[in-house]
Amino acid sequence: MDNLYRDFILEHYRSPHNKGVLDPHDLHFADSNPTCGDEMSMTLRLDEPKAHITDVAFDGRGCAISQASASILTDELRGKSLDEVRAMDPKQVLDDLGVPIGPARLKCALLSYKVLQGAVSGGEVSWPAEAEAVV
Amino acid sequence: MAVQPAAPTAIPGAFSGTALRADFPVFERLTGTGRRLVFLDAAASALKPKVVIDAISDTYSHHYANVHRGIYELSEDATGRFEAARRKVAAFLGAPSEREIVFVRNATEAINLVAYSWGRANVGKGDRIITTQLEHHANIVPWQQLAAETGATLEYVAITDDGRLDMDDLAAKLEGRPKLLAVAQVSNALGTINPIAEIVEMAHRAGALVLVDAAQSAPHMPIDIKALGCDFLAISGHKMLGPSGIGALWGRRELLDAMPPFMTGGSMIIRVTLDGAEWNEVPAKFEAGTPAIAEAIGLGAAIDYLTALGMDNVREHERFLFEAAWKALGEIPGVRRFGPDDPEIHAGVISFVLDEAHPHDVATIFDHEGVAVRAGHHCAQPVMLRYDIPATTRASFYVYNDLDDVEALVGAVRATQKLFGPVAS
Repeated sequence: MDNLYRDFILEHYRSPHNKGVLDPHDLHFADSNPTCGDEMSMTLRLDEPKAHITDVAFDGRGCAISQASASILTDELRGKSLDEVRAMDPKQVLDDLGVPIGPARLKCALLSYKVLQGAVSGGEVSWPAEAEAVV
Repeated sequence: MAVQPAAPTAIPGAFSGTALRADFPVFERLTGTGRRLVFLDAAASALKPKVVIDAISDTYSHHYANVHRGIYELSEDATGRFEAARRKVAAFLGAPSEREIVFVRNATEAINLVAYSWGRANVGKGDRIITTQLEHHANIVPWQQLAAETGATLEYVAITDDGRLDMDDLAAKLEGRPKLLAVAQVSNALGTINPIAEIVEMAHRAGALVLVDAAQSAPHMPIDIKALGCDFLAISGHKMLGPSGIGALWGRRELLDAMPPFMTGGSMIIRVTLDGAEWNEVPAKFEAGTPAIAEAIGLGAAIDYLTALGMDNVREHERFLFEAAWKALGEIPGVRRFGPDDPEIHAGVISFVLDEAHPHDVATIFDHEGVAVRAGHHCAQPVMLRYDIPATTRASFYVYNDLDDVEALVGAVRATQKLFGPVAS
């Protein structure tokens, strides 16, 4: 248990980075985790000519895993191109969390990734295969 | 030093939850962290006693053939056992006749059957259907679909801050002759026990039929359809120690007789020509295709087991556990409990949230402590909206639970708070 809820996960949960809503913004998307009903939104600002992310924020209520994952993921995004974001591997998001995520919690860990992909793709995307638990 | 007497771990009553665990093979299994299983998720699905597992195995091993078909001994044997299960369901629910018991997959299918068959034949544009904010999605979405397809309107009876139906709002919504009231006897999300007999009387006076979702009540308290006075009642086998894939709809004979079939195919017809078909009598009219034979027989075994315990005793057992857990959780700072305080109208289901931790995290930490609980919206998102919360953690009790499980629940809450703190205590 102490493996999953390591101090830095709880730190991100209590004091998440990039939490809130950017106004104005260039991209916005909101999605939810069907297993728990948690909702998350993301707002992004882009440079001219709208190719790179200059700022990002996420909002919503959620568990420690989803909040920490969004906090860590959004920290990585400034300066990245939209193409780079679209090519991101969901495994990287799980690796960046640095704690073992059980099958029942994979969607919590990957909700931020799904919301981000929705934002840069202009609409809802499917859950990545990594979110489907194969026990 | 004075020796403290050990706290009791078993509750007094007609049976011991601790002792009953010997009837449930799953308790032989330890959790991944080597602890005994504390299973507090009966409201999602109940564990199975060996007698139920054996009944299924015995059916397939010694008594299996298709039912209502073969002119041979084995099929007659299977049919006899299948129909005996139907009689057990009828007796368990206090139904006037076993011919009013339709086997379905679960309560969800039972409610859909009524919404599609009775609903499409009796509800039209401008008609009103009433349900409540307390319902499981299974008693909301079929009515939303019916309203959308027919042009009827669907209205929701409000709930109070402590999770009871607002009876004044119910009375107001019943004005103007709504066609149907669909209401749960026990809320799966909050544990509230609704006063069904009183509600049925109000609804009938107003000219509405009443469908009772008994998925969460039939496993845990005596049900007497004749005393409730309702028109339809739905149950799920898997929540009452029976297998998944089997449930039942009870409906008044005259209503079932007048309703068109829901699904069509084999078994539900008397005669088929190239031009059309004639429907079989109820309940066969609503049982198209080969049914869940072994599952129905397994449900019969579950009913035998519950009947031997006595449903009054089951209710008493759970009331005791509820009171102990409700009190213990109420004494912990940072725990918010939902539903009524009064144990007379609160079943063995406790929904709660912790100030510092999300319900999903709570359930994960509980799991590590060996305590299985549900976290989420419990397929009752309107309830979550009512209290402006995304989810709750829910502990629910059954016959195999005892005071040691309440102790484990409280210990898991404390472990969660320790990790997530800070909560002053």
